[in-house]
Amino acid sequence: MPSIPASTDPTRAGAADGAPATEAVLRLSALTVAFDTPGGTVTAAREVTLAVARGECLGVVGESGAGKSQLFLAVLGLLPGNGRTQGSARFRGSELLTLEPTMLDHVRGAGIGMVFQDPMSSLTPHLQVGEQIAEVMVRHRGLSRRQARKRALELLRRVQVADPERRLRQYPHQLSGGMRQRVMIAIALSGEPQLLIADEPTTALDVTVQAQILALLAELKRERGLALVLITHDPGVVAGIADRVSVMRDGRIVETGAVGAIFRSPREPYTRKLLREARGPDLAGDAPHSSPPAPVAPGAAAALELAGVSVRYTIGRGWLGRRAKLAALSEVSLELARGEALGVVGESGCGKSTLVRAVLQLLPLHAGRVVWMGRALGGLPRSALRSLRRDLQIIFQDPFGSLDPRMTVGEIVAEPLEVHARDFTPAAHAAAVTAALSQVRLGAELSSRYPHELSGGQCQRVGIARAMILRPQLLACDEPLSALDVSTQEQILTLLGELRRASPMCLLFVSHNVALVQRLCERVLVLYLGRMMELAPAAALYSRPLHPYTRELLAAVPVPDPDIQPARLERVGRGEPPSPLTPPSGCVYRTRCPHAAAVCRERIPAWEKLPDGRYVACHRWRELG
Amino acid sequence: MLSYALRRIAGFVPTLLVVITASFFVMRLAPGGPFDQEQALPPAVRANLERLYGLDEPLTLQYAHYLRALVHGDFGPSLRQRDFTVGDLIAQGLPLSATLGIAALLLALLVGIPAGIVAALRRDRLADYCLNVFAALALALPSFVTGPLLALVFGLYLRWLPVGGWQPGAPRYLALPALTLALPVAANVARLTRASLLEVLGAPYVRSARARGLGAARVLWGHALRPALTPVVSYLGPAVAFVVTGSLVIETVFGLPGSGRYLVQGAIDRDYPLVMGMIVVYGALTLSLNLVADLLHGWLDPGVRHE
Repeated sequence: MPSIPASTDPTRAGAADGAPATEAVLRLSALTVAFDTPGGTVTAAREVTLAVARGECLGVVGESGAGKSQLFLAVLGLLPGNGRTQGSARFRGSELLTLEPTMLDHVRGAGIGMVFQDPMSSLTPHLQVGEQIAEVMVRHRGLSRRQARKRALELLRRVQVADPERRLRQYPHQLSGGMRQRVMIAIALSGEPQLLIADEPTTALDVTVQAQILALLAELKRERGLALVLITHDPGVVAGIADRVSVMRDGRIVETGAVGAIFRSPREPYTRKLLREARGPDLAGDAPHSSPPAPVAPGAAAALELAGVSVRYTIGRGWLGRRAKLAALSEVSLELARGEALGVVGESGCGKSTLVRAVLQLLPLHAGRVVWMGRALGGLPRSALRSLRRDLQIIFQDPFGSLDPRMTVGEIVAEPLEVHARDFTPAAHAAAVTAALSQVRLGAELSSRYPHELSGGQCQRVGIARAMILRPQLLACDEPLSALDVSTQEQILTLLGELRRASPMCLLFVSHNVALVQRLCERVLVLYLGRMMELAPAAALYSRPLHPYTRELLAAVPVPDPDIQPARLERVGRGEPPSPLTPPSGCVYRTRCPHAAAVCRERIPAWEKLPDGRYVACHRWRELG
Repeated sequence: MLSYALRRIAGFVPTLLVVITASFFVMRLAPGGPFDQEQALPPAVRANLERLYGLDEPLTLQYAHYLRALVHGDFGPSLRQRDFTVGDLIAQGLPLSATLGIAALLLALLVGIPAGIVAALRRDRLADYCLNVFAALALALPSFVTGPLLALVFGLYLRWLPVGGWQPGAPRYLALPALTLALPVAANVARLTRASLLEVLGAPYVRSARARGLGAARVLWGHALRPALTPVVSYLGPAVAFVVTGSLVIETVFGLPGSGRYLVQGAIDRDYPLVMGMIVVYGALTLSLNLVADLLHGWLDPGVRHE
């Protein structure tokens, strides 16, 4: 067979009508997926037709509930018992929907690899990682256990898992989220599949790890000529590696085309809306907020002051086991002006959430102090602290988990009043609830509903209303967006901006995504392994990051632009934070820093204040320019 | 795993000590004493008896003496069965009681787990419904009803098994008592296995194991079953306690010369050393089996041992 000339290679050259140029590996024709429920038939996907060819990546983009996942679960015969399919799904010519079980198992193991969203719950908890990779090869490729084990080691190496010999014998809970997802990919590759289906493979991960995983998928696709289906809610994820994109809404494909065409000239209004939300309003020229308050002037009283705040956790192992101290936060000092919004960014385990909890006195400080409006919060008696809590409110990451499932929305929103405003008349009480709900753009009719009847975005709004009903002076937001779709993120971000304009309050906004933070906050603090790396006005941080770590974070943010994003992915950094139990000497970032020198190993860099009001902790920032 | 096991084992002795201390003092707090009878003893005789058994000493001193003797393996004399030490009585009855209890537990697991698996795999089908009915019956009927019923069917009508009594070295005398004791435990095990296997079969990691084409058998045995057994193992602790207390009734119903009767009789007679001896032995037995359950837990779930 002659080799395919470059011009007919489907990579980045797919026809605009959505058909791949070469023989399709997977072809869905008029595939409909439905579920029998007590309330009637619910259709998850309607007459979906699409195809993906060898060496090609098809991005399937849509909001949650669009039916993307169900569609591909149906292809693999993984629907729950009440699922029904109609139409056709052909994998290399054979019809999957009617394939007998043993043949289907063979296709699943050796033809199609699948990577799921949540790498923790998708790995079997009681089996060693090596065993889970090896068993696929023992079953589908006829390898002996020994050969399979050896091959598993090579695969772990290929997916860039550090220290693979040790990892092979570990259990899933001993690995970081990014490593687990690499293991999932290794398992999916172990059967040497021709097609890889990745369902939201990076949604549960940090931006930096997301970029690494996407870069890995892109490499694997090139190297093995894999057909790749990438399912995601985030157009930015698709922009870096997809050749063609299908946009899905309410179970239908509304538009399919080459990635460039979809991003540059989308035909459907829905596609335009998705892209607009992913790009954010700043491209359209909207300033996120009208008048940023000035940073604390020298001499003026700060609203919030942290001085040398350190928090340690004891990793307990009972009275016979070892005890270890984990420095979750080390010597954090900063000041917040009245009405200022501070973003706090960094990867999982960097101490962002600990910082929020320390400020709100939800955990004990190891050292340092927190001063709010001139009063040190540390030594306050319980009753004084309780009345101060009225001013200090918080919203959480998990929109469902942070609401009591047995309380109605009205009861949830009203609960703070029962603690802090007992003198309210019933009428004032009810009026406050309605006002709080309308403030977050929820109708009063929702107040008799329960959390499980609401969407993720609505739940997050309820959480915000609960925090805002007391008109707090400070609102702490602990990763409020990471559990939400891109479009919902956008709405919540806009809402928080409006709330700030309506009533001035301090905002502590925690996120792993630098780009999101920059839209809402005047200043941004970058944390790494519990230490401050850089603190700067948002615009300056974004346009001229000084710390190498800040640069790495910024480079990892997916940009929804197929002209730029592939190149960004190729430059993505490697590595993950080391264990906070054994932090590196000197500068904690040095083990990942591309510019690390001898001095970085020896001394902890000073927290340097620059003339323009920025702070940075790096020995070499001047040379790096 | 080793350090996890050591930590669990280290908790054994303090727990047993708490059990011993609590029962020692509670026993003495209860009204009445070993020498209270319908006819009051002459005071001098009573004082002599009390001096003989050290009952005239302060309570804390008695406690200290008891502990010291216990460490040397001496359970003391029985106050009412004058010719025997408590150690003799335990040595007589315990082997049979322990055999009965362990046989019942094993039987419950051997029947309950497979029944639960079958019910989960055939959910809402005939086998599932049948199991549900049997389990409800086994749980609802007390053993002094199921025991005689089983004896009636297997002993009198079918004449397969003896209806009661005991001959050393003839395990068939244990069959009906063990079955009676095992029934409610087996019912609970089956229900727990069914519910938890159904939950695990819906877990993402089972779906992803199926997505790897591992086949139904490998998915069940390799991926789903072990996590599904976690609640069953947690139930083993309470189950052991149930079997221990249940065996008192069973031994009476089937006329087995086990050690259960000593506990009951000892408590009625205020035979302090006998009751304490039984509590120490049954307590140690219960704690050991709980220890086994804990170790199984560590084996089932690597997260537990690394915590």
